[in-house]
Amino acid sequence: MASVATSGTAPGPPSRARRWFSGFRERETWTAYAFLAPWFLGFIFLTAGPMIASAYLSFTNYGIEQIAGFSPTESVGTEHYRQLFNDDKIRLALKNTFVFTLMMVPATMVVALVLAMILSRIGRAAGIFRTIFYIPQITPPVAAAVLLLVLFNGQVGLVNRALELVGIQGPFWTTDPSWIKPSLVILSVWSVGGTMVIYLAALHGVPQQLYEAAAIDGASAWRRFRDVTIPMISPALFFTFIILTLAGLNSFTEAYTAYFGAGSTGADSPDAALFYAIYLFRQAFEFFNLGFASAMAWLLFLISITITLIQVTVSRRFVFYQGGQK
Amino acid sequence: MSGRWIRLAGFAGTIALSVAIMAGLASAQSDATVGKAPAATGVASRTLNIYGMGGRDDVAQGRLDFATDALGSTVEVSNPVNGFNDQAFLARLAAGDVPDLVYLSRNSVGTYAARNAFLPLANCIRSQSIDTKQYRAAALGEVRYKGQIYALPEFTNQITLLVNQDVARAAGVAMADIQTTNWKRLRAANKKLLKIEDGRLTRIGFDPKIPEFFPLWVKWFGKDLISKDGLKAQLNTREAVAALAYTVSLINDHGGWNRFKAYRDTFDFFGRGNPFARNQIGAMPFESFIYNVFADNSPQIDLVAKYFTNRKGGPITLFSGSGWAIPRGARDQDLACQFMKAMTSVEAWKKVGKARFDLRKRQGRAFTGLYTANTRADVAVFEDIYQPIGKKAFDDAVTLLVRAPRYGFAIPLSPASAEFRQAWIDAINRVLNGQQSPRAALDQAQREAQTAIDKAK
Repeated sequence: MASVATSGTAPGPPSRARRWFSGFRERETWTAYAFLAPWFLGFIFLTAGPMIASAYLSFTNYGIEQIAGFSPTESVGTEHYRQLFNDDKIRLALKNTFVFTLMMVPATMVVALVLAMILSRIGRAAGIFRTIFYIPQITPPVAAAVLLLVLFNGQVGLVNRALELVGIQGPFWTTDPSWIKPSLVILSVWSVGGTMVIYLAALHGVPQQLYEAAAIDGASAWRRFRDVTIPMISPALFFTFIILTLAGLNSFTEAYTAYFGAGSTGADSPDAALFYAIYLFRQAFEFFNLGFASAMAWLLFLISITITLIQVTVSRRFVFYQGGQK
Repeated sequence: MSGRWIRLAGFAGTIALSVAIMAGLASAQSDATVGKAPAATGVASRTLNIYGMGGRDDVAQGRLDFATDALGSTVEVSNPVNGFNDQAFLARLAAGDVPDLVYLSRNSVGTYAARNAFLPLANCIRSQSIDTKQYRAAALGEVRYKGQIYALPEFTNQITLLVNQDVARAAGVAMADIQTTNWKRLRAANKKLLKIEDGRLTRIGFDPKIPEFFPLWVKWFGKDLISKDGLKAQLNTREAVAALAYTVSLINDHGGWNRFKAYRDTFDFFGRGNPFARNQIGAMPFESFIYNVFADNSPQIDLVAKYFTNRKGGPITLFSGSGWAIPRGARDQDLACQFMKAMTSVEAWKKVGKARFDLRKRQGRAFTGLYTANTRADVAVFEDIYQPIGKKAFDDAVTLLVRAPRYGFAIPLSPASAEFRQAWIDAINRVLNGQQSPRAALDQAQREAQTAIDKAK
């Protein structure tokens, strides 16, 4: 007769580390990691590696001579970080970037949400419109920047021509410092397709019975939108909020192409379009101050992380996850 | 072998495969940038790697063939069709893939020379017996840093005034008033030449072409934006402030920078509908290459070429252009030296000048000469090859252009050329946008430029 050995204290549940290691007994775990391997390698060599390298370089005099191996790379201590606080253009570039982000993120979210709600209601034609709205998203940013200069030209641009039809004298979008950022925001909003698709998917996931229950309770359309739609799609809103904020802080291509790169006259470079990433690029690859540019990159990274953490903390009060907090 | 080892081997294999794929992709990309594959015949025993010689027309290709021939049949020239790009060049330096020779804008040479990325050419000039007297002094000044020459100058663009006679006549402005010696008269002419209809600018009077040509306006006073040794910025001198205030006033006469620039941005300088053909502009300073473009696209335009003159009435012109330099670490410096000597030689220019003349003749198109940094080549092309095209406007312009280089000046090399240039361009933009006064903007530019120079020298 078999006997069951018992000990005085029952064994507790296995630790998380033990559970993780035990997973490797399964073939599926190995397969999963094999599929993940390319991403891990890409992350290590193309993201984490350069990040660690740039952290080191930010404390050195790294430039052309060091790149080519003509001179040794020497430490400059925290000089580059002190320089960050003494460079007027850093302040200007940060201000431009924040202003642009503050305008671009809500504008993109609102327009994307409105379009998604319209599309979710128009039935069979939705596919066609979804494609139409998504096309700007796949337009190369360089082409979009050139388009910006053409469409928003203060004298002959289509935007001002259209405004004239309704009796509005349009501004000099591409030359007036007050209007350069708004025109770039409009360009960003134009390629709202990606955000719109995310909202559309989220809207389709809202259970219809919630709307029916609210309607039975006499809720108006606005109440249903505010108290049903928004909470139910809040994870999607939160996700795009973070992604768009990070995109805003890293804005580069459109502004650079239109005002600083080969698409411009080469002699424009208005202060109003000097975003942080553009100034960073110029320091690194036009002025060859790669050590200073690395310090700039780390400042931007810290700002981005701080803003994201604030967003995550604040979001706990506003984001509703079905099935509990994720 | 246990299943566990098989799984482990599979995992390692996947990683190895991933690495191999990534390495393969990187290698493929690298091969693509190298360009021409080595000759299959095995005849070539040396290869000259060139970088930066971008789009090639008949003049570039003809000289390339000439210089390749000059190196002999045992040398292969690898010359990918990529224009010089700072980022790409840095990447090549970092990878140890240093080209033997680079082709770039002369105003970029100082930045690299000051950081020891280019070799001084004293040995090259001596060993190849290159006669530097054949090059224009101002063009050589653009590539000289701390007494050493770091590049051989190739093309040169000089600035002259283009005046649209049709517009001048229509506006009732005497040709003598469209000049730069007397600023008061020029401003009055500008106001007459420009046209604003229904609140819309429909014609620019005189475009001073700032920020780009600001050094020319400062030279009007006989002053430069930087000291001859390139180490002291002179951006906030009384003369620079006056030049900026004056040129901005010419633009503000059109209703302000916004209106002016928005209108100018609509111009197509390189097509048949260029602003001179469409009478959208009265006069402006412009680089010499535009005559060639206009002679091709709109030979009917009633154009007059004039010198940009200083306060005393003497002609002045601002030089810019390209050059050849040897990066430190180049494997075959002798070959590079021979090649650039051949590329900038009188013989090369004469050969391509004749070829272009013949080609244009066959095509029924005008040949307006070649404008290089080689004085002897320009004279030879003008005297031995060029023939008047029978259109007075362009024939007169060519005569003027041939003489213009003797009045040329260039911005001296600075160890922080890019930052220096950016400082004054930004300052001018701030003034044009109404954000700062000329004095305040140039004071700030002076601080920024001097800081950058001090750091780089």
